[in-house]
Amino acid sequence: MAIEQRDAPAADDLLKGLWRENPVFVQLLGMCPVLAVTNSAINGLSMGIATLFVLVLSNTLVSLLRRAIPREVRIATFILIIASFVTVVDYLIQAVSLELHKSLGAFISLIVVNCLILGRAEAFASRHGVSRAVLDGLGMGLGFTFALLCMGAVRELLGSGTLFGVAVLPDAFQPWVVMVLPGGGFFTLGALLLLINHMQARRAASAIPVEQA
Amino acid sequence: MNRADVIATDSAPRPAWQMYRAMVGVGVVCALLIVAVYLATLDVIARNQVEALERAVLEVVPGAVRFAQRDDLGQPVYAAFDAAGALAGIALEAQGMGYQDTVRILYGYDPAREQVVGLRVLQSRETPGLGDRVETDAAFRANFAALDVRLAPDGAGLLHPVQLVKPGEKTQAWQIDAISGATITSSAVARMLAASAAQWVPILHARRAEFVAPKEATDGD
Repeated sequence: MAIEQRDAPAADDLLKGLWRENPVFVQLLGMCPVLAVTNSAINGLSMGIATLFVLVLSNTLVSLLRRAIPREVRIATFILIIASFVTVVDYLIQAVSLELHKSLGAFISLIVVNCLILGRAEAFASRHGVSRAVLDGLGMGLGFTFALLCMGAVRELLGSGTLFGVAVLPDAFQPWVVMVLPGGGFFTLGALLLLINHMQARRAASAIPVEQA
Repeated sequence: MNRADVIATDSAPRPAWQMYRAMVGVGVVCALLIVAVYLATLDVIARNQVEALERAVLEVVPGAVRFAQRDDLGQPVYAAFDAAGALAGIALEAQGMGYQDTVRILYGYDPAREQVVGLRVLQSRETPGLGDRVETDAAFRANFAALDVRLAPDGAGLLHPVQLVKPGEKTQAWQIDAISGATITSSAVARMLAASAAQWVPILHARRAEFVAPKEATDGD
């Protein structure tokens, strides 16, 4: 999916990841952080930004080195590059806030095995120039961040009655604790996918007469 | 995905040294990058850790404005002083097994009132929404505002060991109300506090006169 290489305008490299090929809602990639760390909006947002950072930098370096890396060892080399940037992000998050580092816990290191990042390195960055690879990483990263923020906001709102730690629902609201537990991640993802597929189905139905598939 | 296979097989096999060159080269670049970032963030991270410890100590000892670490008692203890330089309390760490993983806490002991005056969770991986309520539940935290840890008359142990009771059944100042829905974690916190207090309160109380405000800190750090 999504690996066809037509000559799209540069803006499309950026925009496709936001919605049409959203890594979470459409490609269903990187489900481990999507389900695990989105128990609050701030956790979802920070995880998204950390992933965005790794994605843009690894796409850049992979694209720069794409002619120097033999095909036979490309996956190992990509993993090496990704792991290095994840380590960098780990130190940077510790420097920004230890609290944040504590709440994201082991999931920062697990960005290494987020298949979204390796997927973009292999499917896009290793076949395109640096500028397109950066735009692709930025678009996919922003799409991923958007999805994690949506998940985190919904789960925090229903599960704790707060949004970014600020109480927004009245005290009378009894929080649905299940929403911040692992099960709540599946419920939220399922509900959001239902909503998005429904919207896309409706749009496709109305677009058929104009657009020739 | 077929495309990758096509690309991988359409070129002739390469000599091994090209692969070594690529991997070692990338490895060296990555290693340099990590070392550079590590060195650049080292100071900031160390400062963050000191600040986090400072915040925690000043939080578990109400009224304290500064503290001094003491390492010669077998585990670090933090003597916290109020603005007048008087000993406001002593903070120390305890840890034990929670529901998921080790839970580390820091609590403040006030030798003058013979009470635990504050408690904060330093590290926990307890279930969000259930076990982690030991950090957020106001009613549970209120247990540690003035928890009785008076010494027995002989000074060798506590008069009443710290005790966990069912939610809402706290009747004595040395009891801790558990949280329903977080029974294992709240009992773990109570257990590690009870064990640590039983061991350390007699020592700290006997040596309370030794904790004096360091001179150089009085001119403000």
